[in-house]
Amino acid sequence: MSTATYAGVTVDVNEEGFFEHPEQWTREIAEEIARADGIETLTDRHWQVIDFMRREYAEKGTGPTVRVLGKASGVSVKELYALFPKGPAKMAAHIAGIPKPKGCI
Amino acid sequence: MASTEPAAGTAPAAPAAPEPISKVSIIVSKGSLEGIYPALIMANGARAEGIEANLFFTFFGLDAVHRKRIEHVKVATVGNPGMHIPTLLGGLPGMSALATHFMSKRMEEIDIPPIPEFIEMIGDTGAGLYACMASVEMFGLSRDDFVPQIADIITVGDFYAMAAGGQIIFT
Repeated sequence: MSTATYAGVTVDVNEEGFFEHPEQWTREIAEEIARADGIETLTDRHWQVIDFMRREYAEKGTGPTVRVLGKASGVSVKELYALFPKGPAKMAAHIAGIPKPKGCI
Repeated sequence: MASTEPAAGTAPAAPAAPEPISKVSIIVSKGSLEGIYPALIMANGARAEGIEANLFFTFFGLDAVHRKRIEHVKVATVGNPGMHIPTLLGGLPGMSALATHFMSKRMEEIDIPPIPEFIEMIGDTGAGLYACMASVEMFGLSRDDFVPQIADIITVGDFYAMAAGGQIIFT
C-alpha cells in the first residue's frame, strides 16, 4: 500500500492509485484527481456518475459496471464514454475514491 | 539485430515495463453463441480500459450483426466436446435452443447482456463495428441487412489499415 496527496490530504491508495479507504475522500480531492486524469472541470453530469458510484459502493461494497451505470445512473453509455474517455467505470471509480470495480463487463 | 539485446559484456538493463496495449482489432468469424461472446466481451472490456477497439465481422460471424439473425444466435450442441453431451443427443431437435436458453439465463445472472443489447452497448462505447465485404458479397447481403451499429462494409485491406499500430485478435 502507498499513499498519495490530493488537496493537501494524504490518502491510502493501491498500486494502481485506487483508494483503499473511500472514507478519506472529499469532493475537493475528486476535483484534483479528475484534473490529474485529464478532466479539467467536473460538470454536473460527471458528478451525477461519481455520486452514483459512491452510493452503489456504500450499498453493495463494489463499484458498478458500465452496463449498470448506463441503466441506472441516468447517464447513457454513450455519454459515459464522452465524460470519462479512459473507461467510465474505472475512471469514475478512481475519481470517486472507491476501489476499481471488478468484473469483465 | 534485436535492439533490446544488451551489448556483449554489459550487464542487462532492468527490464522496461511493457508498453500498454492501446488498440485492438478483433475478428469475429463464428456464428455460434460461444463463438461470438468472447469477442464481444474482449471488445467491450478493451473500451472499459480506455483501449481503442474495432470489431470486424466475417463469414458466420456476420450473424452477430445481422438485423434478423442477431436475435437467434445459438450454442452449438453438435461437434462441441465442451458441451459434455453425446453428439447424437446434441443433435436432437430443440437441444441447441435448450442449451442456449440455460446459458443465456446464466449470463444474465452474471450481468452479461444478451447479444443484441451487447452490440448496441459496444457501439455506444465508441468501438468501430465493420462487416467484411467478401463475406457480405458471398452471402448476398447488403447494408440494410445489418444493425445500425455497423459503420461500414470494408475490405481486408481497409481492415489492416485500420488495425495499424494495434493488436489483432482472431476469434
